Amino acid sequence: MDLKLDHHSEDNLTIVDVEGEIDVYTAPRLRELLIDLVNKGNFHLLVNMEKVDFLDSTGLGVLVGGLKRVRAHDGSLELVCTQERILKIFRITGLTKVFGIYASVEEAKEAHGRDK
Amino acid sequence: MATVELTFSALPAHVRTARLVATAIARRTGVAEEILDEVRLAVGEACSRAVEAHRLHCPGEPVRIELRDDAGRFEVTVTDAAPSEDVTPQVPEADNSFMPEMDNLGIAVIAGLADDVEVLPGPKGMRIRMSWPASPNGVAAL
Repeated sequence: MDLKLDHHSEDNLTIVDVEGEIDVYTAPRLRELLIDLVNKGNFHLLVNMEKVDFLDSTGLGVLVGGLKRVRAHDGSLELVCTQERILKIFRITGLTKVFGIYASVEEAKEAHGRDK
Repeated sequence: MATVELTFSALPAHVRTARLVATAIARRTGVAEEILDEVRLAVGEACSRAVEAHRLHCPGEPVRIELRDDAGRFEVTVTDAAPSEDVTPQVPEADNSFMPEMDNLGIAVIAGLADDVEVLPGPKGMRIRMSWPASPNGVAAL
């Protein structure tokens, strides 16, 4: 399955919906989107990965790159993910300590609201 | 022992094909369904790393993958032709301020996924061999 990307803003949070496979072939498209969002002043990003079928280290690199960019503007990049097959790769690489990972968009929005 | 060999041009689009082939053969070899995701991810990581290395050093050379059914184990070897130095898997510290370098993250993922891993870097290329338990008779024997 190819990669489908969509995004919308709610208050000062930009929600990026990702569907499909994030790998060495498709990850550049996600990278371009994240860079474009940051360049347009969206510094608080929530990446919804609930419909992601596959994620490899190239995809992790794109997410870490996005996190570096938003942090340079005192922003945030957090994730929504409940799929064990995807969470496993975050645990293996220790990136669960780097990203805020939530069980739903609503839960992430509540946490984001508390942090404002 | 049954072997399937596959060579492909060092293009990112072909990594998905390699993943699909590896998963299909792992299933036929008798690798348990709950491990197939790990096989798919580990093979994808090894092929992605090889493709990236070839694009830097030798874009015209193909990447080679061997899939072997060997005495109750499913063994995959990914071989590239790009010069490589010793690699150490990296993972972040507990301190949130640390941002991991991504270069060797793929190797770290493979090490975390495969039941048995051997990474052999060298001046003429890197070979990553990994294996998982498989049913001795395999699905192919049915």
